[in-house]
Amino acid sequence: MFGRLIGSVSLAALAGALMMGGASAQTNVKIGILGDRSGAYSDISGEGSVVAAKLAVEDFKPAEHGLKVEIVSADHQNKPDVGAGIARQWYDRDGVDMITDGVTSSVALAISQVTKEKNKVFIDTGAGTADLTGPQCTPNTIHWVYDTVALANGTGGAMVKRGGTTWFFLTADYVFGQTLQRDTSSVITKNGGKVIGSVKTPFPTSDFSSFLLQAQGSGAKVIGLANAGTDTINSIKQAGEFGITEGGQALAGLLVFSSDVHSLGTKVAQGLVLTEPFYWDLNDQTRAFSDRFAKQMKGNSKPTANHAGVYSDVLHYLKAVAETKSTADGAATVAKMKAMPTDDPLFGKGTIRADGRKIHDMYLFEVKKPSESKGEWDLYNKLDTIPGDQVFRPLNEGNCPLVKG
Amino acid sequence: MADTAAIDVAPIAAALPTRRDDKALHRMIFVGIALLLIAAPLVLYPVYLMKVLCFALFALAFNLLLGYGGLLSFGHAAYFGMASYLCAYTAKHLGFTPELAILSGTATAAVLGLIFGSLAIRRQGIYFSMITLALAQMAFFFSLQAKFTGGEDGIQAVPRGNLFGVFSLADDRAMYAVVCVVFMAGMLLIYRIIHSPFGQVLKAIRDNEPRAISLGYRANQYKLAVFVLSATLAGLAGSTKAIVFQLASLTDVHWSMSGEVVLMTLVGGMGTVFGPIVGALVIVTMETYLAQFGAWVTIIQGCVFVLCVLLFREGIIGLVAKLIRKPL
Repeated sequence: MFGRLIGSVSLAALAGALMMGGASAQTNVKIGILGDRSGAYSDISGEGSVVAAKLAVEDFKPAEHGLKVEIVSADHQNKPDVGAGIARQWYDRDGVDMITDGVTSSVALAISQVTKEKNKVFIDTGAGTADLTGPQCTPNTIHWVYDTVALANGTGGAMVKRGGTTWFFLTADYVFGQTLQRDTSSVITKNGGKVIGSVKTPFPTSDFSSFLLQAQGSGAKVIGLANAGTDTINSIKQAGEFGITEGGQALAGLLVFSSDVHSLGTKVAQGLVLTEPFYWDLNDQTRAFSDRFAKQMKGNSKPTANHAGVYSDVLHYLKAVAETKSTADGAATVAKMKAMPTDDPLFGKGTIRADGRKIHDMYLFEVKKPSESKGEWDLYNKLDTIPGDQVFRPLNEGNCPLVKG
Repeated sequence: MADTAAIDVAPIAAALPTRRDDKALHRMIFVGIALLLIAAPLVLYPVYLMKVLCFALFALAFNLLLGYGGLLSFGHAAYFGMASYLCAYTAKHLGFTPELAILSGTATAAVLGLIFGSLAIRRQGIYFSMITLALAQMAFFFSLQAKFTGGEDGIQAVPRGNLFGVFSLADDRAMYAVVCVVFMAGMLLIYRIIHSPFGQVLKAIRDNEPRAISLGYRANQYKLAVFVLSATLAGLAGSTKAIVFQLASLTDVHWSMSGEVVLMTLVGGMGTVFGPIVGALVIVTMETYLAQFGAWVTIIQGCVFVLCVLLFREGIIGLVAKLIRKPL
């Protein structure tokens, strides 16, 4: 009787050990895509980010590396409290190891704080605020695709070098717009250009006509749009109605995505100059990826820079986890990701800096004329490549506590 | 008689005086809620529960003004949001302990309520609502422009701190206990206000203002008082939310937040004591558990609202009250 008891106990222990063994051979990874699935940014984020993440997992072939990857997604509705709440619940209850996407700056900052508290990993692709790798940087956050400083550097610097020496700004009258104008102005003057005027537009507004007339009358070679979202769309539309680019002035968008240009159409947006780190039609590899992506999307839409970022960061994250064999310590995983150089078909070779900034090249694009465009998604002419070490804010100027320490 | 519209939708609670056995029923419900609050974190996620409680308190405060004062404010986000900003700011930058931060946020809402209220109560009906909306938009604009609110980034990484400088609130369960106490206190205070002589006069003014005036009541003073009370309690809810989520952002001062609280109150049951709690539970649950459906959340919310208005105009609790013929 006693012997049988011992026998069954040891059998149970053996079974337990076997199961444990099975679990340690295979690391479970759960990735959360937390983006805007219903609001203003659902085109650059939304379902496309989930598709991009799935493609990344497919390409990584997790089974060969002893990983089992699961993807979940949710809508943060562009509300920081909703975003932070979902992030908390994912980390606490649902066993999510890494969150990516995170469009909208206020939501991204909130997720970043929760991630630090729970020692997980947050890779932001969609939000623009450079504070993520500045004063609010954490050892658990990586900022992947772009930030407002890089956009200002890209568009501001490259435009001046191409002869756009005098600027007039249309600035959305709140902190974001003012910061964008300030950053871009300093780049312009550093490169020998001149800002000859600016006008503050109420936020949000739908009528830009008087501001555009003022900009037109200023005689500046470039009109800079220091605004975002629907303000940008409206100002570009109305600039088209006033024939600003046809009149010889260039229109420079400081925060515009290919999905915005697509919905505006080349007729309205023609001649607009902007900076992006990715465009589907850059080379064979981006075209191949974009075809696979479009097949899984409603309306066959092409990926935006944000979607490409999700693909690229999920791939790099999985590479790091395959090395560390564990997702328990988020900061350690991020440290591993920073130590490994990045390499993927979409962004090419790159690095991640100590402050969490991912470094890669950016491109200056001009929106094609309708006569040049061969299709619905044939949107950009590439004007210039801006090397990654020049376009992002230098490491020592961000005031990130991780850099000092 | 622009405010007679309030009479049409006046719920059943107004028609029946509170009898002794109703009071016993209410007492039982309060005990039931307290027991539920103790048991809930064993099953449900505490952060979600805290969010429900903060919004329930907000909706209760709003209902005090709409259901019992007959005043439809479209600007309650201003008190909720400004209080959360002040609470977050004092906790993060001035090093206040959580209870002091919450108090300072609440006091801000009270002052704001006094200023906005004294302007708004001079007009009635839709004009009153529009004035509150306009003033709330000014509060939004201020939050967007002012330095200390951090613009569209909001105030992030607010420390939960130590209650009375002793008990750490970093643990969700400790925070949950504090939120429960704040919520119960707020709810009981509102219940007391409604059933006090002051509350009786309020209902009289709501139902027929000229008659109340002819009886010698200074209607405007009562209206201002209930406006300030409502704003203050909304501020209490906003401040608590800032500590729970460790952030304050533009979402809380945006006009859509004012709309959301109207929705919660109407879905739950306007002019009922317990309706707003159910309304907040329904709306927050949809927002949280339907998040994975993406774009469908807003559509589902819209359908629920339409169904609610078409099928039971009195709201969920209003309907229950009608069925059991007791005021809830």
